[in-house]
Amino acid sequence: MSVGIHAFGGYVPIQRLQRKAIADANAWFNPGLRGLGKGERSICNWDEDSVTMAVEAAREALGGTGVDGIDAVYFASTTLPFQDRQNAGIIAEALHLGSDLLTMDIAGSQRAGTTALTAALKAATGGDRVVVAGGEKRRTKSASPMELTAGDGAGAVVVAEGDGAAKLLGRATHAVDFVDHYRGQDEAFDYVWEERWIRDEGYLKIIPIAIAAALEAAGVTAADITHFCLPLAAARVAGMIAKKCGLSDESVRDNLQGKLGEAGSAQPLIMLVHALEDAKPGDKILVTGFGQGCDALIFEATDAINDAKPANGISGHLARRREETNYNRFLGVNNLVTMEQGLRSEVDKQTGLTTLYRNKEMLLSLIGGKCSECGTLQYPKTNVCANPNCGAVNSQEDQPFSEMPAKLNSFTADSLTFSPDPPAFYGMVQFEDGGRSMLDVTDVDPAVGLEVGQPLRMVFRIKEFDTKRGFRRYFWKATPVTELGTTQEGA
Amino acid sequence: MASGIKDKVAILGMGCSKFGERWNDNAEDLMLEAFTEALEDAGIEKGQIDAAWFATAIEEQHVGKSGIPLAMALRLPYIPVTRVENYCASGSEAFRGAVYAVASGAADIALAVGVEKLKDTGYGGLPQRSRGALNDQFWSNNSAPGSFAQLASAYQAKHNVSRDDLKRAMAHISVKSHANGAKNPKAHLQKAIDEDRVMNAPMIAEPLGLFDCCGVSDGSACAIVTTPEIAKSLGKTDLITVKALQLSVSNGTEAQHNSWDGSYFMTTRVAAGKAYEEAGIKNAREEVSLVEVHDCFSVTELVTMEDLQLSPEGGAITDIMDGFYDADGQVPCQIDGGLKCFGHPIGASGLRMLYEMYLQMQGRAGPRQREDNPVFGVTHNLGGFPHQNVCAVCVVGQDGA
Repeated sequence: MSVGIHAFGGYVPIQRLQRKAIADANAWFNPGLRGLGKGERSICNWDEDSVTMAVEAAREALGGTGVDGIDAVYFASTTLPFQDRQNAGIIAEALHLGSDLLTMDIAGSQRAGTTALTAALKAATGGDRVVVAGGEKRRTKSASPMELTAGDGAGAVVVAEGDGAAKLLGRATHAVDFVDHYRGQDEAFDYVWEERWIRDEGYLKIIPIAIAAALEAAGVTAADITHFCLPLAAARVAGMIAKKCGLSDESVRDNLQGKLGEAGSAQPLIMLVHALEDAKPGDKILVTGFGQGCDALIFEATDAINDAKPANGISGHLARRREETNYNRFLGVNNLVTMEQGLRSEVDKQTGLTTLYRNKEMLLSLIGGKCSECGTLQYPKTNVCANPNCGAVNSQEDQPFSEMPAKLNSFTADSLTFSPDPPAFYGMVQFEDGGRSMLDVTDVDPAVGLEVGQPLRMVFRIKEFDTKRGFRRYFWKATPVTELGTTQEGA
Repeated sequence: MASGIKDKVAILGMGCSKFGERWNDNAEDLMLEAFTEALEDAGIEKGQIDAAWFATAIEEQHVGKSGIPLAMALRLPYIPVTRVENYCASGSEAFRGAVYAVASGAADIALAVGVEKLKDTGYGGLPQRSRGALNDQFWSNNSAPGSFAQLASAYQAKHNVSRDDLKRAMAHISVKSHANGAKNPKAHLQKAIDEDRVMNAPMIAEPLGLFDCCGVSDGSACAIVTTPEIAKSLGKTDLITVKALQLSVSNGTEAQHNSWDGSYFMTTRVAAGKAYEEAGIKNAREEVSLVEVHDCFSVTELVTMEDLQLSPEGGAITDIMDGFYDADGQVPCQIDGGLKCFGHPIGASGLRMLYEMYLQMQGRAGPRQREDNPVFGVTHNLGGFPHQNVCAVCVVGQDGA
């Protein structure tokens, strides 16, 4: 029985930090950074992390939250928000996939994304339908080359039995403890060895071995490959490897370095999703993941590919962008400089774990209520119906709100309340089929602002950081609906 | 239907501390300052007070919980003291408790004291604090100005008003209150300002600038109430009596049901309707002489003029710009400076509003005294957010009116 990718989706945060701003700020110290100071990289809003981005990518792949028939969620990242609290479990809860699930985090290497994909494909041969999501938000030192080359983003695929939109032809892994960089326990930043050694002894020697093995397993020749995904930031390496392996020059895909940057272990999934968006039936896609060896997987797009294109995908998200030129803001919201946040920021943000658990469907899955007597939707779900003309008791059934379109009833931009990136936008969010709630609004272009009646959609985000205890609280926020291909200017 | 509170209780004495940044005083000092004035005004001994109600909202910033801080500060003789908290309407709540005690006959003379010591946080504005364990996990990151600012966006959308017209009317409100506060020696802010200053002030929460927001103050206010009969037996004449006391509390309709458009206060409309009925007022615009409203923000005052039936719906801007609510207008609003300039020590504010009514009706308001003789005064004391709040509306007036 064949296995394949049945659905896919991607996510890129809307803000793009202009690399020139990074280079201009730091060239006094390292003039060499100017060479990397071109193009732009995606950056998370302050309320995004690898988990929230993975939720967005997986939502797109699944066509929404609350879908049936998923057996497992594998989450790949080397920037997991929690070291001990399963991050895949948070994603599964946000996606409202129920509890009859195998959830796991796959981490520890830049190969985590392709390893998760490999493991999921193996599970699919046993009949599992698996969501594989990769999300990465790498923390980088100011003035490091990686600060310029990294980017934030997520990709997700649903793999299962059957050919799907892209059938697995073959795969291979070449595992070797090649340490080009590492991050020890309790270390905030990566420690990186010399680029030339990484290229010559690492990329150029290890990756071709895995590719050759995958080609053999797939029973195809290098010349048959139409899309070659090499998720490395390094310039020209993909061409060198293609040449070495006999892959055509045309098959080498854009590593998205100019628009997004390199999103660590999520980059293979991001590039795979991007390739699937472009793929025609019969196209053969080779995706690799490098880190302590190399994974290589080869897929063939089927006739189903044409109907499997996601609403936005990576290309849609790349076209939906807002330029950011304020490097200081990037440093500030990522705690890379010590900022005076004011006394208002000192309020204790402890989360009662009992409260969270008791209300987890309300908080993590955005489940409200629908009155079985009058049909009124309400959030949160309460014992007594909110409809003043009803008031039925214990009448409410679960009502998901995360996929429901909403509009803005009233709003403000608040400069008084503490926010890591003021002003804080929030307002009365009114759902299309009924129900409303006063909620935070995120990803608002400050140059554009908000207006009453504008359409909104819900996104899973970080609500608060409890810096005292290392906890972060997740919840849903509203965000302006941005048309595909819209470019927000200024800010 | 209940017979209501009208003319069953009279104000025997009132007191109010200086409001402001009282850096060198504790809450206990402020309470004693207000109480001493009220006791002297009432002309009674402390031992004649049968029961007390004590209002404070953010007690963790100053006195802590319970009725004990009041009993200790005033050395009350082991009488009942009930501590009440109902957001920024706490002061009106203390008054309601004392008035009801007298009306029921359970007490001959009762005391209501409100106090707040807000300037011990280390920063401007109201103290940032938890809103409850679950609320903190889903409520928006809202401050008080940010919550009330939303009235503006909803009001503009509903009445098709431009931001500039609304902002200018809001500025007129603040300019008027500053002019009034300048005539009040107890006010926190006593400096007149002009419209340009309001319009160009730093933004706090769009569209509310600095001068659209009330002062956050330390202060205390106090009322001693009794029956009209006892008041007369104590030699009082020209009594000021309670005509109506109403409280309306949001039940979640505004927050959860799409029937509310966000441009007005459901609670105020309910409380005002009931209060006018209780007081026997048929046409508020014509019959009310003075109004003290909860002008925490200029836009709150603006929409409240409609909710209190003083301006027609959608007509507040016109009335405001016409000077209808100015000190020399038909129905002066915030003739003492209001929350805006007298200040807003939360627990004291509802009682402070009554204090001004009491002074004005007795002709004791000094340079800001109305020339005509105020008959009915309305106080409006609101706590919470536009989408979920408590609203107290109280009518006081000349005995027999």
